[in-house]
Order: sequence, then C-alpha cells, then structure tokens
Amino acid sequence: MLRLPPLEFRAPTSLDEALASLEGGGANGAGRVRLVAGGTDLWPNMKRRHQQAGTVVSLMSIDELRRIEQTARGLTIGSTVTLTGVLRNPAVRDRYPGFARAVAAISSPPLRNMGTLGGNLCVDTRCTYYNQTEEWRRSIDYCMKEQGTICWVATNSPRCWAHSASDAAPMLCALGARLKLVSSAGEREIPLADLYRDDGIDYLGMRPGEILTEVTVPNDADSEHCRSAFWKLRRRGSIDFSVLSVAVALWMDKHNAVSRAAVYLGAVGSSPVAVDTAEELLVGKTIDEDLIAAVARQARKDATPMSNTDFVPAWRGKMAEHYTHAALCEAAGLPVRRQAPKHGLTVV
Amino acid sequence: MAANPKVEAVGRDLRSGEEYRLIGTAFRRVDGRAKVTGRTQFADDLDFPRMAYVKLVRSTVPHARIRNIDLSAALAMDGVLGTLVGAELPDKFGILPVSEDEHALAVDTVRFVGDPVAAVAAVSEDIAHEAALAVKVEYELLPSISSFDEALRTPEPQMHDYADDGNIHKKVSLKFGDVEEGFEEADMILEDTCYFEGNTHLAMEQHSAVGVPEDAGRVTVYSSTQTPHYVHRALTKVLGLPASRIRVVACSNGGGFGGKSDPFNHEMVVAKLALKLGRPCKVTLTREEVFYCHRGRHPVLMHLKTGFKEDGSITSQHLRTALDGGAFGSYGVASTYYTGALQTTTYRIPNYWFEGARAFTNKPPCGPKRGHGTPQPRFAFEVHLDKAAHHLGIDPAELRLRNLQPPDSVTANWLRIGLIELRECIEAVVRGSGWKERYGKLPEGRGLGLACGAYLCGAGLPIYWNHMPQSGVQIKLDRSGCVAVFCGETEIGQGSDSVLAAIVAEVLGIELEDIRLCVGDTDLTPVDLGSYSSRVTMMVGHAAMQAAERARDIIARAVAAQLRVSETELVFADRRVFPAGDPDDGLDFSAAVVAAEARYGTLGTTGSYIPPRAPGRYRGAGVGPSPTYSYSAAVVEVEVDPQTGVYDCRHVWMAHDIGQAINPVLALGQIEGSIYMGLGEAMMEEQVFRRLPKKLSAALVHKMPSLLEYKSPGFHDMPGITSYMIESRDERAPMGAKEVGQGPLLPIMPAVVNAIFDAVGVRVDQVPATPELILKGLEAKARGRPARVGPTRFPRVDYGTPVEVPTPEQGGDGRARHDPKHRGLRSASGTMKDRDEALKERRSATLTTA
Ligand SMILES: Cc1cc2nc3c(=O)[nH]c(=O)nc-3n(C[C@H](O)[C@H](O)[C@H](O)COP(=O)(O)OP(=O)(O)OC[C@H]3O[C@@H](n4cnc5c(N)ncnc54)[C@H](O)[C@@H]3O)c2cc1C
Ligand code: SF4
Repeated sequence: MLRLPPLEFRAPTSLDEALASLEGGGANGAGRVRLVAGGTDLWPNMKRRHQQAGTVVSLMSIDELRRIEQTARGLTIGSTVTLTGVLRNPAVRDRYPGFARAVAAISSPPLRNMGTLGGNLCVDTRCTYYNQTEEWRRSIDYCMKEQGTICWVATNSPRCWAHSASDAAPMLCALGARLKLVSSAGEREIPLADLYRDDGIDYLGMRPGEILTEVTVPNDADSEHCRSAFWKLRRRGSIDFSVLSVAVALWMDKHNAVSRAAVYLGAVGSSPVAVDTAEELLVGKTIDEDLIAAVARQARKDATPMSNTDFVPAWRGKMAEHYTHAALCEAAGLPVRRQAPKHGLTVV
Repeated sequence: MAANPKVEAVGRDLRSGEEYRLIGTAFRRVDGRAKVTGRTQFADDLDFPRMAYVKLVRSTVPHARIRNIDLSAALAMDGVLGTLVGAELPDKFGILPVSEDEHALAVDTVRFVGDPVAAVAAVSEDIAHEAALAVKVEYELLPSISSFDEALRTPEPQMHDYADDGNIHKKVSLKFGDVEEGFEEADMILEDTCYFEGNTHLAMEQHSAVGVPEDAGRVTVYSSTQTPHYVHRALTKVLGLPASRIRVVACSNGGGFGGKSDPFNHEMVVAKLALKLGRPCKVTLTREEVFYCHRGRHPVLMHLKTGFKEDGSITSQHLRTALDGGAFGSYGVASTYYTGALQTTTYRIPNYWFEGARAFTNKPPCGPKRGHGTPQPRFAFEVHLDKAAHHLGIDPAELRLRNLQPPDSVTANWLRIGLIELRECIEAVVRGSGWKERYGKLPEGRGLGLACGAYLCGAGLPIYWNHMPQSGVQIKLDRSGCVAVFCGETEIGQGSDSVLAAIVAEVLGIELEDIRLCVGDTDLTPVDLGSYSSRVTMMVGHAAMQAAERARDIIARAVAAQLRVSETELVFADRRVFPAGDPDDGLDFSAAVVAAEARYGTLGTTGSYIPPRAPGRYRGAGVGPSPTYSYSAAVVEVEVDPQTGVYDCRHVWMAHDIGQAINPVLALGQIEGSIYMGLGEAMMEEQVFRRLPKKLSAALVHKMPSLLEYKSPGFHDMPGITSYMIESRDERAPMGAKEVGQGPLLPIMPAVVNAIFDAVGVRVDQVPATPELILKGLEAKARGRPARVGPTRFPRVDYGTPVEVPTPEQGGDGRARHDPKHRGLRSASGTMKDRDEALKERRSATLTTA
C-alpha cells in the first residue's frame, strides 16, 4: 500500500502546547510542521507526497477543541468535533437543517466519523492533476501547485485553479458563520467567508502559527429566522466530493419579502463562490419563479468549473443554474420540479 | 437510483426433477465461515520469517528507450536488501503463446506509464517505498500512441515487431455464407456505429504475491491469481528452471473478474528476488498499480450492418470492430476474435461477416474482463435490434423471440449450440416487468429497456494447444472416512470450492464437512486451467463427477461383496451405503471405505475432462466453441431527468438460463454481482487516459487511477432486482449446471440505453451513458436534430482478405474454402485426430485401482 514518509508525530493535550509546536514551522505555509485533525485529508495527501511535513501535530487530544456550546451569539462548535458529532447534535439538526444536510453530504459514514469540522473548512483544494501519487505526478512533470511550473488545467494561466472541496464551507458562509483563530501572538475572529482566497495554492488566509479553534453559527441563521437549502452534485450517492454544491440562505420579513439573502457555490472555484447579485436581485422582493431564474442564470456566470474533477465543465456549468434554481425553490418553499438527484439527502 | 434497494422476489422455476440431495439447495459455502471471520489467508496475509518487501519502480513515460537506471541512492539506504533489473530476466512471457511479449522488468523499452522497470527489496514496506522513489531512470522518448486511430496513422516505430501490420496487432476477417446476397434479400438494412469505453475489473483485493526460496534450488510462489497453471508455465520460462522445481499456490482471490488471469511481472519478480536474496519476498500492489496491470475491457468501436425482412427475421450481418489493446498482447488475440465469435449464439444469423482488429497503444494492456470481448458487440447488437424493432413496428421482445437460434443447432460460424432457454428468459422478464402493459407507455422521463445475451460455459480449447485434460480431480479416501479432493481450481470468490465439494459429496452421499479440499497448488493438485471463461463448474464439475463416481464404484463393489448384494442395488446417502430395498442393512460411509481399503488396498481415483470437439475447422474456429452456452434476458427500468440528463435505474429484472443451480444462493450472488458490474459499465465506469498538450509535454497518463476517482457504483446506487433462474438441466453439463458468472452481465448495458430511449427518446450509442451525453441528445432533439449521441465515424481499416467459410446450411464442412493445409494442424502433443482418439480412449478407460 501507499506509505507515509518518515515523520515526527506529536499529540499535545493543550492548545498552548500545540501553539508552541507550531512556532517557527508555519503550519499552513510551505513549512514542515503541519496540523492534523481527523487526518482524512492530510494523511492521503502525505502518502501521495503532494503535501509534505517533517512534523505533524495532532489536535485530537485537546479537549477544549471538542465542545459544542450554545452561547448568546449562536451555536459554537469546536474545530475538532467530528462531522458525525456535528450531525448527532440535536441543535444542529433542528435549528440548522441546511448545515446538517451539507455535513451529511460529506463523503461517507467512516470518513465523517474521523473527519472534523475544522479540517473540513481547511481542507486542501483539489485537482485531478494534483491528487495523484508522486510517481504519477512525475509523469506529468508536476504542476504549479506542487513542484512544477505549469497549470495543466489552463496552460497559460498564471494561477492554480484547484477547486474548493469543502461542503460545509459554502453552507456556513451563506449562514454567516464566524471563526476563531488562535496563535501564540493572540486570537482573532473573522467571518468564515474571509478565510478563503480565490487561489488554488494559497487558498486560506490563515497566518503562520494560527489554529482554528471554533466556528460559531449565529442565532439569526437558525430555522426560526432563516430558510436554508443545500444541494450537492456528485456522481454517486456517497463518498464523492462535490463537483458542484449550492448553499442558499434566505431571510424573510413579516410581509414575506426577502430581507437578506446569500447564495454560495462550492467546487466551482478555488474558494466558495458568492453569487453576489442574489442579494441585489432578491432583497425587498417577494420571491417568485422569475427572480429565482434570474439568480440561477447569474450563478451559472459566477461558476468557473474547470476540467479538474469529475464530469465535463460545460455540463457542470449548466448544472450550476439548475441546482441554484432547485435550491432556491426549496428554500423559498416553492415546488422543486425536477427529480431529486444524488445530492446527499440522507441525514443520519 | 432507488435509495433503499430491496430484492423483491426470487423466482425459481424448478421444472426439472429434484432427485439431488445437496445440489440445488442453499448449502453454506465451504469457505464462508473462514471468510467472514477473517481466517482466510489472502496472499497479502502471508508472513514468513526474514521476509523482504518488494516494490516495483514503474515507468513515468509512455514510450521510451531506457538510457540508464541508477540504483545507487536506493542501494545506499539503510534496510535495502537488493534490487532487480530487466537484464537479469531476459526471457519474455505472456499468456498466449502467439504473443509472448512481456518482460518481467523492461529490458530496453518501456511502453506505458506504469510499465515496471526495476524492483527493490527492503526489510520493510516503508523503506521499499522510499527506495523505489529514489531510483533514477533516464529515458530517451519515443513517439507514443494513444488510440486506435493513432495506431493506424503511426505504423512506425512498431511497438512489437510481431504485429500483423505496423501497430495493428491483430487483424481478422471471417466470412460465413453469402453475406451480400443476404443483404439483397433484406427489406431493411440498418447500420450503426457504437462505442464501448474501456473499463477495469476493480477487484477489492489488490494483487499480491510472495516468493519463497526452498531447499534444492526450488522456489514457491503464492499469489492472488486465477490461473496458477499458466503462472507456473510463465515462471518456468522466465526463471529458466524446470517446471518441477517451481511451485505455484493460488491463494483465495479477493475477486478476480479476469484481472488476475495473466501471469504478471510482480510474480516473476518476487520469485527471482527470493532466489537471488535467499529470503521470502512479498509484493502487494497499490490500487494505482492494479490500474496499470489492468487487462480489463478493451475500448471497442463497432460498426454493425444488418439486413432484416419485414417480419423481423435477420438475413445477413456485417460486424466490424476496432479494439484499443494497450501496450501488450495479453489475451488480445482471443479478445479480438471474441468481439465477433458469440454474435451468432442468440438469434439466427444465416450469413455473417466479422472483421476485427486490435491496435497496440501506449497504455496498460487490455485483456479479459467478465464477458471477455463479448459485451461490446453484444451491446451494439442489442441496441441495433431495439432500433430495428422500432423501424419495423415490432415489439422489441417479439422481434427477439422471432429470431431465436434453435437448440441443438450449429450456427453460421460453426458453433454447436446446446440447450437454449432464451425464450423462457425473455418471457420471464417480460412478465415480471409488466413489459406488455408498460413498455412505451410510461410517462415522459420513465422508460423500460430489454436486452439479451449468451455466454460460454468454458472455452472449448486451452490457451496453449495441447490434448491433455483441461481439468483434473484426484480423490483420496481412507479409513478415517474423510474424503480428500485435490484439484488445481482456484477460488476467486465465485464459489468454485463449494461447487467442487458439493459435487463429490452428492455422488458419495456424504456431507460437505466430510470433505477436505486441496486446491490451486501446482505441486499437489492435478492441473486445472484456471478460473476464467466460466469453465470451472463445467470442467471441474465433470472431472469431479468422474473421480467421485469411480470412487463410488470401488466402494460399491466392496460393499456389495461384503453384504452379498448386487452393486447396482446400493444407494449412497446420509453418510451410508445401503441396499435400496433394505436401508437398515447398510454400512456407514467410513465402514464402507474400510471394506474397500481392505479389499483393494490404498484408495484413490482420478477424473478429468476435455470438452467435445467443435465442428469449426477454419483458422480462428478455436475461439467461441463451448460445451454449451448460457442465456440471459433483462429488462431495466430507468428514470431520467429531462432537464439535466441525470438518471437512475429503478429496477432490474433478470432471467438466466442456468441449467441447474448447484447452489441457488451462490448463483444469485453471481447474477446480482453481474448486474452491479453491468450498471457500472453502463452508467459511469471508464478507464481513460490523458494526454497533455504535445508541445509542452510527452505525458500520456491514466486519468484517475484511484478508487475514488474511477467511478463505480456503490450500494446506494443499486436498484431493486428481481432474478429468475430458468432451470432446465443441460445434459452436456455436470448435473445439468451451466455457467452463471458472466452471462448475466451482458444484457445490462444495452438494456440501460434502450430504457433511456424509451424514457426520453434519446439514443445513446455508447457506454458509459453519462448524464451529459443524454442532455446533449435532449438538446439536439429540442433543436430538431436527430436525438442521437455516439460515434459518427468508423476508421478505414484494411482487415485483409476474408477467410470464407461455407455455413452448415450451405452444406459446408466447417472448413474454409481453399484451405487444404488445415488438415495438417498439429501441436506438440499431436494432431486433431490424435486428440479425438485420446478423448475416446479416456472415455472408455477402465478403473485401474481395482
Ligand atoms: C474519499 C474521500 C472523500 C471525501 N469526500 C468529501 C466530501 O464529500 N466533502 C467534503 O467536504 N470533504 C470530503 N473529504 C475531505 C475530508 O474528509 C473532509 O473535508 C474532512 O472533514 C476533513 O477533516 P479532517 O479532520 O480529517 O482534516 P485533516 O486531514 O485532519 O486536515 C485537513 C487540513 O486542515 C488542516 N487543519 C485541520 N484542522 C485544523 C485546525 N483546527 N486549524 C488549522 N488547520 C487545521 C490540516 O493541517 C490539513 O491541512 C473526503 C475525503 C476523502 C478521503
Ligand atoms: S489547477 Fe493547475 S496548478 Fe492547480 S493543481 Fe490543477 S493543474 Fe495544478
């Protein structure tokens, strides 16, 4: 089987200890010290040698990162709560159905048992020229994201187009979730959407030495205030990463007009893609088929499906429109006309 | 697909008598408990003292001369024990004697990304992995070929000098009857171009092998192989050792599906390294390497032209195929013939012309995958028939029923057909699916599709020409009452061990627990050619019956003498031997064996099997014959979303003409497994490659050699299944049992696309039928263009002068016209006449034990 390279493994039991291990290593830079949570992303990547590390620091023995708490601002979830842990939480299930659905759509039960929410939000961007073994990548002389110089997806491109792979990210962006990032120098809180950069290589705006400790989903995004929907397109009913996902959050006023709206697309850009015009088109209006169609058309324009995952890009582009349409209909309580495809409806 | 699939019902039509005791019951498989409790030792589970771990260094370029292999960095690593390069094993091997074109490790040329170049052995797998990465190979690039068309355009440089024509490995043209006249008689001529994408076996177990040095310069190789006998032969050649010094043991396979039927590089390498280092050496491939071993389904482009009368009867057919073979011969010559051979087995085709060609390309070699060469033309034919039915205004089921090949007949290409229950198969799925009420009448987006298929029950001829048995069984009995059964067969999950044990138990009237099996071991067991071509139940079954009947006869003689009754009165049942008229007067089975051992000395019997000779005498007639054929029919129901092209299979009805199910639960497993595999091929599976822009790179790589990105359905994706086993014992088969391992796969792919047509009116003339293709068809339809997606052209191939063979109807004798030299066909072990005589003698051979 594929083997890990020799490495030093540490499992600190406190956040301070973990932060100290990171010093000088640059956890998310090109440095040799890396964090690991569930390891469902990092270990396969290291076996294939496209992510390297001399030292790997596990966050899984730090109790304080594993709590879920209701606070005045919202539901706060520790970064190493597993995806199964998130799904088993009654507050998540009852109050954030769109979020629950996005998490339930991640991979498969064993992966969700190991994978964590923090790891999911920080998961590496993906590309079929990159998620390959060392030997395979030698055969193409590597690519810009790792060791090489050319992006094989767009050979004239100065940037990497590897796509964002997280299913929780677009949904939590739409719901307005916030993150806490802690480093030896202090801590800061940012909106989740600000974590991401539209660059396949430098996809996270985290500073060296920072650890993501918790995620807060605001109270005003719960089902009492907000209607959410999540649609995922993939080849099979389980295991597969999204080749497109659509996360929708709608806030309505008393007159049933839209007061706030957020639509994010996953897997069709190097970060979750905000369909910005959704807000413009919808706010102040009572939702109807025409408006939904207009937002869906816009989503298709905003999506940049590339030839670096399953299915052909042109079809995925068309699907961005159909899926946005369907997700908006669902959130708005309008009938969804098409056959429910495999977008991971199973909630455990 | 249906989220919660359930097997709705299992129809078993027991029309033949039930005189068997064990056969036909759902007995527990003999290896079941060990498998579910983890006690089965697969090759990778083996562990020996001082064992070294081996890793192969594989080519990173598609086609090149090797300039230099620098092993120094690897050898300098702590824990590295040794290395191996191609020059140390210069002799070539390959499964077919006509295409022995593989080196254990590339000698001077690499032919695809993944072709093994060197091997390293180390004290741990980790170190072996690091050492393999540290080996530096310098290459001088050669132009590479990525497709059949490119191979046609690029005759030079030749990938193998033995190819028929440039880089076209094999060309075949066989013409039976008067094809042109047949077309002239037709009221309608239909032409279709279809494509079947390549795909791979995807067995759960990755290949693994251990070489163990033994005393006196001997070596043992344990391997996950379906064909230990052929591995034995290849090792003999490559190691340059006498066969008697090499032992091959086939471990239980965690699935094979044809992917473990070739002798492989890694088997040669661990054997050689074991001898070189004097240590056991183990290699277990990564999933990526399994994609490079491949030998899977050939991508085949097909052109089919058929003449029909107004009533639907077929007057003539011309089939052309173009196979993309990959870098080596493998089974390719046979695969090429198989893309035409079984076309005639289901429906009467009075005149038939088959032309096939296989190209060499710089990709992992294709070979036999479940159905070997047959699913592709079967797909084209069954889609073609669906269209013909529409044009003629005949129901697709009815069209097939009108054309059925009669039983006990000889086809235009000289295949002898045995019992054929295809009518019952079609009728069962038509009834089950409500075809008559629902076909063509479901709401937009829902549809039904029907298709059929036929398959071999064992290939009539062995892979290397010889007249020895294709399967042998030895039975040892002694005073313990335990019956030890020795046979070279290999359990690949299909249940062959259980079939072997059950047949012996049935004949001797004992229980499965009384039997000890020793299988798949070239030192200890008589030769069986392996688990391929659905031959095991047929051939091992016959051999086992013969050996068991001989044992029964010896015991019966002794018991008859002791009880003073006639042998013919004796019954073997319930672990006893007793006179039919007086059951209390008998002996326990072990006492009966004691009686026989006392009277005749140490007891042992053998049985063996050679298939009957097929009537075809033309060059190429060796591919296609089988003692008899199995038949299947399926109806698939789909639901298609007309806006996206996304579709689900809702239900599958499958009927299979099985003769007699040795064990209905095992048989059902094969049927359902075939449906699963067929749906994968129909809907998503593709072994495809990526070329980078030529001005920037010479790369030609497998697009997604991983279980995550090579898409194959999971259980979420399985629809409900209703299976029907049509049991009608075939006298040509042991206990009447035909094959079930491959046949039920064949109808699935065409049935799916036929159902898509019924649902949304789009013809998808290729598989996998992906949502984007369906949407393309729907968009074309909306614009008033033909609602058809699929290949539009067929390359111009010079297939050579056809071999013309008069059909039985024309009064032919099975020989080609102008082929006097055929009489002289001769192999190392004699002529065909010698073979027939040998066969006759063996049949009449009397017991030597008594
Ligand atoms: C077969 C397969 C299928 C998958 N399918 C899906 C899918 O459908 N949808 C999906 O979204 N994902 C999928 N994944 C990806 C992955 O399993 C999940 O995203 C999972 O949630 C990752 O969490 P983890 O804890 O295992 O991450 P890890 O592998 O432990 O970490 C991932 C990355 O995040 C960093 N990291 C982890 N925790 C922190 C932290 N607290 N602070 C800072 N950095 C951190 C690590 O350094 C690493 O770079 C799949 C993975 C596999 C192998
Ligand atoms: S998008 Fe381009 S640079 Fe980025 S990983 Fe893929 S091939 Fe490499």
